[in-house]
Amino acid sequence: MYTQGLDQQGQPDSKRDGPESAADLEAFQKRVDDEEKIEAKDWMPEAYRRTLIRQISQHAHSEIIGMQPEGNWLTRAPTLKRKAILLAKIQDEAGHGLYLYSAAETLGVSRDEMVADLLSGKAKYSSIFNYPTLTWADIGAIGWLVDGAAIMNQIPLCRCSYGPYARAMVRICKEESFHQRQGFDILHELCNGTAEQKAMAQDALNRWWWPSLMMFGPSDNESKHSAQSMAWKIKRFSNDELRQKFVDVTVPQADFLGLKMPDDELVWDEKSGHYRFGEIDWQEFIEVIKGNGPCNQQRLAKRRKAHDDGEWVREAAHAYAEKHAAHKDAA
Amino acid sequence: MSNKEWPLYEVFIRSKSGLSHRHAGSIHAADDQMALDHARDTYTRRSEGVSIWVVRSSQIVASDPAESAAFFEPAEDKIYRHPTFYKIPDGVDNL
Repeated sequence: MYTQGLDQQGQPDSKRDGPESAADLEAFQKRVDDEEKIEAKDWMPEAYRRTLIRQISQHAHSEIIGMQPEGNWLTRAPTLKRKAILLAKIQDEAGHGLYLYSAAETLGVSRDEMVADLLSGKAKYSSIFNYPTLTWADIGAIGWLVDGAAIMNQIPLCRCSYGPYARAMVRICKEESFHQRQGFDILHELCNGTAEQKAMAQDALNRWWWPSLMMFGPSDNESKHSAQSMAWKIKRFSNDELRQKFVDVTVPQADFLGLKMPDDELVWDEKSGHYRFGEIDWQEFIEVIKGNGPCNQQRLAKRRKAHDDGEWVREAAHAYAEKHAAHKDAA
Repeated sequence: MSNKEWPLYEVFIRSKSGLSHRHAGSIHAADDQMALDHARDTYTRRSEGVSIWVVRSSQIVASDPAESAAFFEPAEDKIYRHPTFYKIPDGVDNL
């Protein structure tokens, strides 16, 4: 799973570390240019730290919210096998959220702050999770397309200049491949089933294709802060480059399934060796990011409720830990 | 949100017997047992480990990267600690 937070820069907070000297900035850039990894306690420009905190925490939030659309089908999975697989996938998403939160915490932000920002609506998460999962085929489409787009985005992040983030991404990418394959497997089965099952798969593709392309973020012309993230080697490829790569590998897979991409302008361009595709509805993208997607309110409300409902558990765990610590001291 | 955050633990995992434990990441937990359980659920869902260590992050003493040049300097000029420092005459084997 993934977030579009890539292009937003953190604001420098000069109160924190005092002024940054040109020499420090230059030495830092040289380390990055030499492909040295930056580690948690190393000196780094405040804007680099802020950018990473924002990107990693939004990425983590996306994993956590991303459990909801799939959780919607957990109790209605068609077989026990599919249910067990889906459960394992959703557990992975929780795990990915936790790896990422812990990577963000190395930059000096607390877990509580990040959770509070998610629950208050201040922090963003990937727009893709604000779309509803209407049929079982949507679970296939999410695995195949959404996780497929995520992999495309995340593989370059394994080489991100910030060590703890890069290491978390290595773990995530290993697990993501199972997610994509199980999704494709669901659709493959549906496409080889009855006419209704195949129509269900086509309907899911129709609804998820464009939102999946939006996952790569704004087009390069609109993407204001890409250059800085590229210079810092947080980002290795531009949004449009990754989007093109995703289209190029995914269209033949749709052909294999016997499904049609919902894009009349989609055409193979022999000369460039790429598929050319239609224009994304950027207005829809902006609306979903702003909070006006089909499920934004539902997703946040459910996350808040889960957090509130868990409060007594957190309190009980504290009380238990304190009681046992007191016993130990007395002994 | 009235509750305070659970303490942070660092997680070290031995992937198989014969290898040393290696840092995997961190987790939050209210106490040591919960830290082990959370570390297992978070970092070994695919049998990545046969043994887990957890330690409160606040208990780790780390060297300062800003001081690392001076800190590690004593090792820099002792090249005679490396076998490559010594020139072996031709005709000497098994050394």
